[in-house]
Amino acid sequence: MNVAVDNPALEIHDLTISYNRRPVLWDVDLTIPEGAIVGVIGPNGAGKTTLIKAVMGLVPAGSGYVQIYGRPLDEVRERISYVPQRESVDWDFPASARDVVLMGRYGKLGLFRRPRRADRDKADECLHRVGIEHLGDRQISQLSGGQQQRVFLARALAQDADFYIMDEPFTGVDAATEAAIVEILRGMRARGRTILAVHHDLQSALDYFDWVVLLNMRLVASGPADKVFTAELLQKTYGGKLTLLSKVGNLLQKEEFPTRET
Amino acid sequence: MNSLIEFLTFDDPGVRAVSLGAMLLGIGAAVVGCFTFLRKRALVGDAVAHAVLPGVCLAFILVDFMGSLGWTDISPKHPLALIVGAFVSSWISLRLIDYISFKSRIKEDTAIGLVLSVFFGIGILLLTLIQHGSSAEKAGLNSILFGRIAALTAGDVLLFGAVATVLVFITLMLYKEFQLMSFDEEFAAVTGLPVRRLELTLTTLTVLAVIVAIQAVGVVMTAAILITPPAAARYWTERLPVMILLAALFGALAGLTGAYASFAAPRAPTGPWIVIVLTGFAILSVLFAPRRGALARQLRQRRNAGRIRHENILKALFHLGEQDDDFYAARSSDDILARRPMDGTVLRRGLEQLRRHGYVRREGAAWALTAEGRMRGARITRLHRLWEVYLTQYVGIAPDHVHDDAETIEHILTPELEHELEALLDHPQIDPHARVIPQKHG
Ligand SMILES: Nc1ncnc2c1ncn2[C@@H]1O[C@H](COP(=O)(O)OP(=O)(O)OP(=O)(O)O)[C@@H](O)[C@H]1O
Ligand SMILES: [Mg+2]
Repeated sequence: MNVAVDNPALEIHDLTISYNRRPVLWDVDLTIPEGAIVGVIGPNGAGKTTLIKAVMGLVPAGSGYVQIYGRPLDEVRERISYVPQRESVDWDFPASARDVVLMGRYGKLGLFRRPRRADRDKADECLHRVGIEHLGDRQISQLSGGQQQRVFLARALAQDADFYIMDEPFTGVDAATEAAIVEILRGMRARGRTILAVHHDLQSALDYFDWVVLLNMRLVASGPADKVFTAELLQKTYGGKLTLLSKVGNLLQKEEFPTRET
Repeated sequence: MNSLIEFLTFDDPGVRAVSLGAMLLGIGAAVVGCFTFLRKRALVGDAVAHAVLPGVCLAFILVDFMGSLGWTDISPKHPLALIVGAFVSSWISLRLIDYISFKSRIKEDTAIGLVLSVFFGIGILLLTLIQHGSSAEKAGLNSILFGRIAALTAGDVLLFGAVATVLVFITLMLYKEFQLMSFDEEFAAVTGLPVRRLELTLTTLTVLAVIVAIQAVGVVMTAAILITPPAAARYWTERLPVMILLAALFGALAGLTGAYASFAAPRAPTGPWIVIVLTGFAILSVLFAPRRGALARQLRQRRNAGRIRHENILKALFHLGEQDDDFYAARSSDDILARRPMDGTVLRRGLEQLRRHGYVRREGAAWALTAEGRMRGARITRLHRLWEVYLTQYVGIAPDHVHDDAETIEHILTPELEHELEALLDHPQIDPHARVIPQKHG
């Protein structure tokens, strides 16, 4: 099942991504509606992180393209925000929680310009929105995992973007933090923002997401959450690796074949 | 000693110039080094420093050759020739490292080691060739290995100092970009910063900082002046601006040391002096920095150990009080030791300290709790028993296994956690061993 929408927030067209010539995502083709909370779901190694990194241009597309709000990435960077996986940075960095949130303003500021009073106010407001205004001066390594996740979320909020991309925002946080984050996401949706989040837990997925993308090396399904969550599609997503696809991928790598004849 | 006083008066204009220049290049290397350090690229700094050598030697040979043909009359040891040569060869080395680690299965650290030793080897070879050659200017070139400020004119040092100043200026202009790139490069890219170009800029700055510092510290030790100041500064602060300032200070002092060394012993290499001073800063930082330093950690641990001892004594006295229903009765050391075995002298010292703090009174050879002492003993007992309740009820640990955990947890629970624990357990009265939990104000 692949439900197409008009005027999508995100369109991925026939995207194939390879690492060292080994394709890990094959021919992904999908559209995502504006103003939805979208879950990207699939087993470990399915290529979820790879997909969202490709959307942000952090890994190059082997073939195909990505458009956000109908435009190529470079024209809409200001409207895109990113919440990376918490483990992707070294938290023993000389910075306070407020310093990190302030980083969300750097893109808007542009080169050389220092953060202004208004940017600091914005950072404080975002700290407040995620409920850790009292921790603004705390060194970031002295925050708990859930608090670090909130700092990342606050940094994304400070970007004031329209399209938010999050890699496993609920991993390693407790139930209270998870609920708080969901609340914030819903508030963002209410203001017309679109959120694309990688997620692991099937239990809560139906509750959290309006739209779900099922992924396992290729697109299994993309559509409204209640339509996509069928036993058959989940079985297709989680029913083991597509061994043939992996084998061919490895072969392409070994033989140094191009994925596309161009 | 005389030479130190003479040096520190800065009467000699030559000394002034060299000191200023050396300090500037120390600052330049340290400030740029902060980001090299935070991006965990210390090894790259080292590779750059070693890769400078063949470039310098080739530049020397080339300019010398051109001079012998009469095409030019600049000295083959002119700092500009040196900078260009060094820049080209260290750039090539960096590209090579990238290329090897990107295109082959060789990991980056191995690629760095490989490139570093190959370039250094070639450099030494060229240096030997020059030494055995006929150039009139060859004397002193080998001082580049271990650094010799005295081999430079005051003008040269000031030129390097000026370059270093420009480096600092550019680094501070791009402070926010470098900060973000060091912390979270992918976010920087998503946010629209020109990450590739910024990276290139930072690499260029690093290369220039190394080149500028190399005459003072020498090829072999330049990485030290780049990395040691930030590493030492990191110990003292959690704020990046403060860290950069401190690193600059360490760098400046190291530069000054170099200037002095070249003044006191012009024939000796200056690099080792600089490195020794920097290492001194690093050792001092590791030992004495507040919070992060080893000494502060030791002190914290000792304070904690002392507190645990005190609280255990108070708890023992409180337990004895519970047993006889008389909290203020005087107890002999033996009574306490029977309740809680520990070293006799430790107990006596602990009781003496507790007396000074007002928690116990001395009555002849025996000891009794004061009202404050009883309160504190009650609180520890309370926390111990609350924790036992928590472990049995919420964590599902058998009642006969919870005691040892509670022995440590009782000392670190904060009043807030205590409050939370009570609310969660709904103010229990009895612990898993059917003992009464002392209430807060009882
Ligand atoms: N930088 C890389 N270089 C080479 N292969 C990679 C790289 N990153 C990911 N891969 C491979 O690409 C595939 C997809 O990885 P990806 O990280 O996108 O999966 P994921 O769905 O996010 O998994 P997880 O649930 O474990 O986070 C995996 O087989 C992984 O081994
Ligand atoms: Mg992932």
